[in-house]
Amino acid sequence: MAFKRWRAIAVLMAAFALVASACGGDDDTTTTAGGGDGGSTAAPGEVLKVAFVHVGPVADKGWSWAHDQGAQALKAQFGAGIEITTLESIPEGSDSQRVFEDLASDGNKLIFGTSFGYMDWMLAAAENFPDSVFMHATGFKTSANMGNYFGAAEEGRYLTGMAAGAATESNSIGYVAAFPIPEVIRGINAFTLGAREVNPAATVEVVWTSTWFDPPKESTATQSLLDKGADVIAMHQDSAAPGQAAETAGATWIGYNTDMTEFAPTAWLTAPIWDWAPFYIKTAQEVIDGTWTSEAFYGDMAGGMVDLAPFGPSVSDETKALIETRKGEIISGAFSIFSDPIVDQSGASRALGNIFTEEHNWFVEGVVGSPTG
Amino acid sequence: MNDWWWVSTLAFGIGLGTPLVFATLGEIITERAGILNLGVQGTMLVGAVAGFWATFNTGGGFGLFLGVIAAVIAGALISIIHAVLSITLRVSQIVSGLALTLFGTGLASFLGKAGADPLVGEPSRATFQPILEGGIAEWPLVGPLIFGHDILVYVGVLAAVATSYYLFHTRMGLSLRSVGEDPASAESAGINVARVRYIHVMVGGALSGLGGAYFALKIVPTWQDDPIGAAGWIAIALVILSSWRPYRALFVAYAFGFAQFLELRLQTLGEPWNSIPSTLLAMIPFILAIVAMIVVASGKRARQLGAPAALAIPYFREQR
Repeated sequence: MAFKRWRAIAVLMAAFALVASACGGDDDTTTTAGGGDGGSTAAPGEVLKVAFVHVGPVADKGWSWAHDQGAQALKAQFGAGIEITTLESIPEGSDSQRVFEDLASDGNKLIFGTSFGYMDWMLAAAENFPDSVFMHATGFKTSANMGNYFGAAEEGRYLTGMAAGAATESNSIGYVAAFPIPEVIRGINAFTLGAREVNPAATVEVVWTSTWFDPPKESTATQSLLDKGADVIAMHQDSAAPGQAAETAGATWIGYNTDMTEFAPTAWLTAPIWDWAPFYIKTAQEVIDGTWTSEAFYGDMAGGMVDLAPFGPSVSDETKALIETRKGEIISGAFSIFSDPIVDQSGASRALGNIFTEEHNWFVEGVVGSPTG
Repeated sequence: MNDWWWVSTLAFGIGLGTPLVFATLGEIITERAGILNLGVQGTMLVGAVAGFWATFNTGGGFGLFLGVIAAVIAGALISIIHAVLSITLRVSQIVSGLALTLFGTGLASFLGKAGADPLVGEPSRATFQPILEGGIAEWPLVGPLIFGHDILVYVGVLAAVATSYYLFHTRMGLSLRSVGEDPASAESAGINVARVRYIHVMVGGALSGLGGAYFALKIVPTWQDDPIGAAGWIAIALVILSSWRPYRALFVAYAFGFAQFLELRLQTLGEPWNSIPSTLLAMIPFILAIVAMIVVASGKRARQLGAPAALAIPYFREQR
């Protein structure tokens, strides 16, 4: 009896050891500097430790993947001069503060957090670790050692809205949205304005998932929009699941973050995509040189941070030409997406206001759904 | 179609409920043998990665068939861990099951990233599609509800019928239930308690694995670390809600799939439906799970519902 119980405990401990090692492979993908051959610009003997914290897995082929591509470009640029730690699937919320502080006390001098919900927790961590530089994507708060960065996704959203407006036959476009925060609402509004430029009868139907990365839920939300009668699906989500659901149903699809053609080759129209690499390289260089200062960086299409993915097979040449013209005007500054005053969801004219803070909690005309989730 | 939104909502709920049907039936079989297996979530994930891998390396309809076979085998094999720990070594079944979930979750993630050409982020090379296109599949009401599904939905229904028949109308089913109710008496009647429990833990694991594969090959046909949500935990709650009865399992699993779809579908119905906060609707699964846990915690109530008397109690032959 006693012997058997001890044997059981031993087996259980072995099982947990296996679990621990497996989970280690799951959550913490660490890329250590190993004599890279990139042109090192860091001072000899000095290795800058950089960390990335993502809300989903970097293999999502979407949001986190796009940031990870930037991290890999950073590694290629600095080679042995830089050591990158990547943490995946870190939930937004109070525990993320501990994650940031662990990274800082581990010697990381530059820490990127790539999800909105990290904002306040990173702010608190930055205060406790003044020697590290913290960089938060998509939010709107900065401090002495915490900068903020994002890009004008709305420029891409507007152009992809044009593609959706031209593609819809039912005049109903579905939009699988994550959280009712300014970033997402701004994207929906820009998208709708673009769709209605080419198709004034088009409406954009919004469903909230309250998740950034939850493929089954994204797929289900897409299904609910198709069920309602939408024949084009757009999304503010991190995975390609909405595209696969659209492909199966014979609808068309506007992706997000990256060129996701492979997931739905027929349904694919285009997507707003990100290129984070130049910004990550610039920021790391500033930290190495000691010239980094806290600011809110806002990239755009003219600067190359935001772009448009290649068009899918069903986009007509006429639509492509229309979109390319607008794109040129956005880059040159001749066209501005949001006008002031602007017509809101109820049909009333209102002041545009600040579109980057929580003041931006309303939809433009043509959006169907609640801006509060 | 818009006037009939609830028909398509029900139909889609059946699809979303199907992986829960498999996992719930599997856990019913396991618990009927007196073994509580909290490793369903991990088992489903291992089945999902095995099924995705097999289909990914073959493709086409045959690939899907191989995917199902691989998921079933993987689910059965991984659940042997729980069988050894809880039956042979008589470890606390709760601890052992949780260990299996942690291990299975990590293993599935690891396998998805292993090799030079990892599965993670890759779309599946084949997915389950409805058997019938057009014709009776487009009849009003019965078309989407009954004829519009892929083959595994029907396999799920057959599995419920087969499980019910097996449990209540066969000699082996009787042995199984007697082992779950009173293993000592069962043994004195000549039944090998350990063998019966081993077999049914594995059968339960096989069904859980199949449920996981349905996610990876139908609901979200891309390999990701977390392709099944919390389905494994929901299945454990559904076993209690179904009172350990296969037909009720079918019903509660579909109802659950329906509730999951409704959360998102209600938002597109306009006033007054979309004024219900979506976060409130998102809580439904967890409220149900909590209710189920309360039922389990009060043993007397669970007995009245039909819980096996020897559930989660290790069997020591020498202490008879």
